[in-house]
Amino acid sequence: MAYKNVLKYSDVTPRADFMNRRQLMGGAAGLAAGLALGPALGASKYSVDLKPNPLEDITAYNNFYEFGTGKTDPADNAHMLTTDPWSVEIDGMVDRPGSYGLEDILKNVTLEERIYRFRCVETWSMVVPWVGFELKQLLERAGVQGSAKYVAFQTLLRPEEMPGQRTRSLEWPYREGLRLDEAMHPLTLMATGIYDQPMPKQNGAPLRLVVPWKYGYKSIKSIVRVTLTDKEPQTTWNMLQPREYGFYSNVNPEVSHPRWSQAYEKPIGGGLFAKRQETLMFNGYADDVASLYDGMDLVVNH
Amino acid sequence: MSVTDRINTTLRKVPVWVLYSIGALWPAWLLYQAATGAMGVEPVKALEHELGELGLQALIVGLAITPLRAITGVNLIRFRRAIGVLTFYFISTHLLVWLVLDVQILSEIWKDILKRPYITVGMAAFLLMTPLAITSNNWSVRKLGPSWRKLHRLVYPTVLLGGVHYIMVGKTWEVEPLLYMAVILTLLGWRVTQARKKSKSRRQPSAGASRVAS
Repeated sequence: MAYKNVLKYSDVTPRADFMNRRQLMGGAAGLAAGLALGPALGASKYSVDLKPNPLEDITAYNNFYEFGTGKTDPADNAHMLTTDPWSVEIDGMVDRPGSYGLEDILKNVTLEERIYRFRCVETWSMVVPWVGFELKQLLERAGVQGSAKYVAFQTLLRPEEMPGQRTRSLEWPYREGLRLDEAMHPLTLMATGIYDQPMPKQNGAPLRLVVPWKYGYKSIKSIVRVTLTDKEPQTTWNMLQPREYGFYSNVNPEVSHPRWSQAYEKPIGGGLFAKRQETLMFNGYADDVASLYDGMDLVVNH
Repeated sequence: MSVTDRINTTLRKVPVWVLYSIGALWPAWLLYQAATGAMGVEPVKALEHELGELGLQALIVGLAITPLRAITGVNLIRFRRAIGVLTFYFISTHLLVWLVLDVQILSEIWKDILKRPYITVGMAAFLLMTPLAITSNNWSVRKLGPSWRKLHRLVYPTVLLGGVHYIMVGKTWEVEPLLYMAVILTLLGWRVTQARKKSKSRRQPSAGASRVAS
């Protein structure tokens, strides 16, 4: 019989306690290996020098419409999701198409911690210490063919475990896409954990994309399919409201969402009197990624 | 004594100030919850949403009083002014949270009001409510005479705009705002039907008379 998890989030040991225990165990850092890493690793040059939100914030306030449209629905409902076994179908313009098991994927990549800003299109933001590997590593393993120009992604479609998929809030399965140069960029991460935990289910377990210079909905969760293609892929929010959600969806304080301004953001975790702060071009990653869009009209290609 | 009579007798014993007190304290209770973490890690949006929803609920309750009396005989008319005034109070606190805690920046507030349709709609609803709140007193009723009733029909466009505002806030078509809209349209639809019946019976006095006689 398959292992059934009966533990609830309330059963999780508070991070502070758990860190103390880790200190007691001294060099037993190897225990945390697997999906997530301990802070033993050196800081990545791609990490921002900001204090990450506590795990409690990151796991309590989510948009993951597969589990409901409310911010706490994912935390309430995601426990229903089975993430083991898990495999990713890689197809389209690749030399080695096929179904790649998660363990097999992880054996052939280098995991590292990346502390990234995360900016939601709804104008809230967090700082998240992801653990993951560069998407590039997986794409190179599958062998991207010269004709490929885009990468399309799909989330798991399993309405019996994802109650939101039994409603028609969005067209399922959730789809996202990147241009190939965006997908191959070293900032583009396939994340498998947060802090030293395997990816919490409400955050897109076991494998999700993180593209820190784009609005959060581009960072598709619980990925089961990656397709290399020469056509701009369909993306879920763009299919719903093309005027509001463009294919690129780069964070841009100068391009308003038709229904609200994107000039400012509210960092989560500041309580009732948290100050708004200015949103940065490309979410603060302009030095790394602005050149990808040289000569492009960022209003038209929003 | 019928059930309706019993309900009405009990209701007559409830002083209106009780309703005012509960209503006045309700936003303070929500603020306390937001400040102490009971509303989660983004308490501002949660509080703003709770207050807006409370205002819309109060509007709907106010709108339901007449049909409730006509259909069931339960009479809440004594409380209607209090419900109206409280509605305005709830929506004012909703607006205040949006201004002070959410948007914070004056230039952004003005831009939002002009450029964001759902905020324009919400602000329009608030402006329509304002004269109603100001004239919710006996002096105004006397002073304005029959035009007081006409003025207070502004509550109909107000509630419609409120319902539309709620629908427009969501990123997708969410179920709850649509349910609110369905209730609003039912309550307004009932009034349209009643008004039609009335004008029909005025045009055909015999039919109207026979209905009264029966």
